Amino acid sequence: MKKNTVRTAWFGVFTALALIFSYVETLIPFQIGIPGVKLGLANLIVVVALYKMGAKDALLLSVTRIVLSGFIFASLFSILYSLAGGLLSLAVMVILKKRGSFSVFGVSMAGGVFHNVGQLIVAMLVVETFSVAYYVPVLLIAGVITGFIIGVVANEMLKRLGSIVLS
Amino acid sequence: MSYKENKSPEEKASGFKKNDLILALLVLAVSGIFFAGHLFTSQKSAGVVEIQIDGKVVETLDLKKERAFKINGGTNTVQIENGKVKMAAANCPDQICVHQKAISRNGESIICLPNKIVLKIVNGEEAELDAVTN
Repeated sequence: MKKNTVRTAWFGVFTALALIFSYVETLIPFQIGIPGVKLGLANLIVVVALYKMGAKDALLLSVTRIVLSGFIFASLFSILYSLAGGLLSLAVMVILKKRGSFSVFGVSMAGGVFHNVGQLIVAMLVVETFSVAYYVPVLLIAGVITGFIIGVVANEMLKRLGSIVLS
Repeated sequence: MSYKENKSPEEKASGFKKNDLILALLVLAVSGIFFAGHLFTSQKSAGVVEIQIDGKVVETLDLKKERAFKINGGTNTVQIENGKVKMAAANCPDQICVHQKAISRNGESIICLPNKIVLKIVNGEEAELDAVTN
């Protein structure tokens, strides 16, 4: 009983944090120069949740975050777009984390890369063209870099959260 | 706040592992292959821009003729200048297509996702016919 209450409280905190990060992200004009590339600050919370609360809660958090921030800051269309990236990214992160041979850095980098891959796949399906393929290297490299930055911050957060059990 | 404090050694933050590096290098290699493939298949040419709306080609235009015009009932403005084409304006909220650089090489494209519009450079040789003007 008590355990459930604690879990609910933490989940609320994480959802709020992810939403705040989504908002902060809209304030940073990162699109300048490279279209479509974002830091993905909210993914930081998803990565931390994956490590501290497990795959199920991370999935729930990711979907909640995307749907809510989509309705607040963007459009219905971008929800579909973000969901594809978010779910594929989380699936890959869960698999890599389970394997145990990757650190937070690797898991987060893979998450960043597959976030972009998922969105690119939706882009291809929506406009029914493969001509976006030339954009793949840009998105892959951007995914590695943003994923690494998120990984560094997530690593520091996890260090400080240390032995606190969130679920 | 009353959370439980437990020692769980497997949750210890770990450093950068060898597999992480391999993963990063692998992704870089894949993007290198894509980039090389792009360079290989696209040669510089004063070609033709194909305008696709919802997956269908609606217009094919010569890049040598400079002009600017609205498409898709006015939602987007396409501009051809110096043998390059760019999206000069769009009514979508993100403006990603507008921020993209002008394109001129074969296979390059500018995409406006919300309006389902693709501008794509194709080889000009065979498609010299002037499209329907609006």
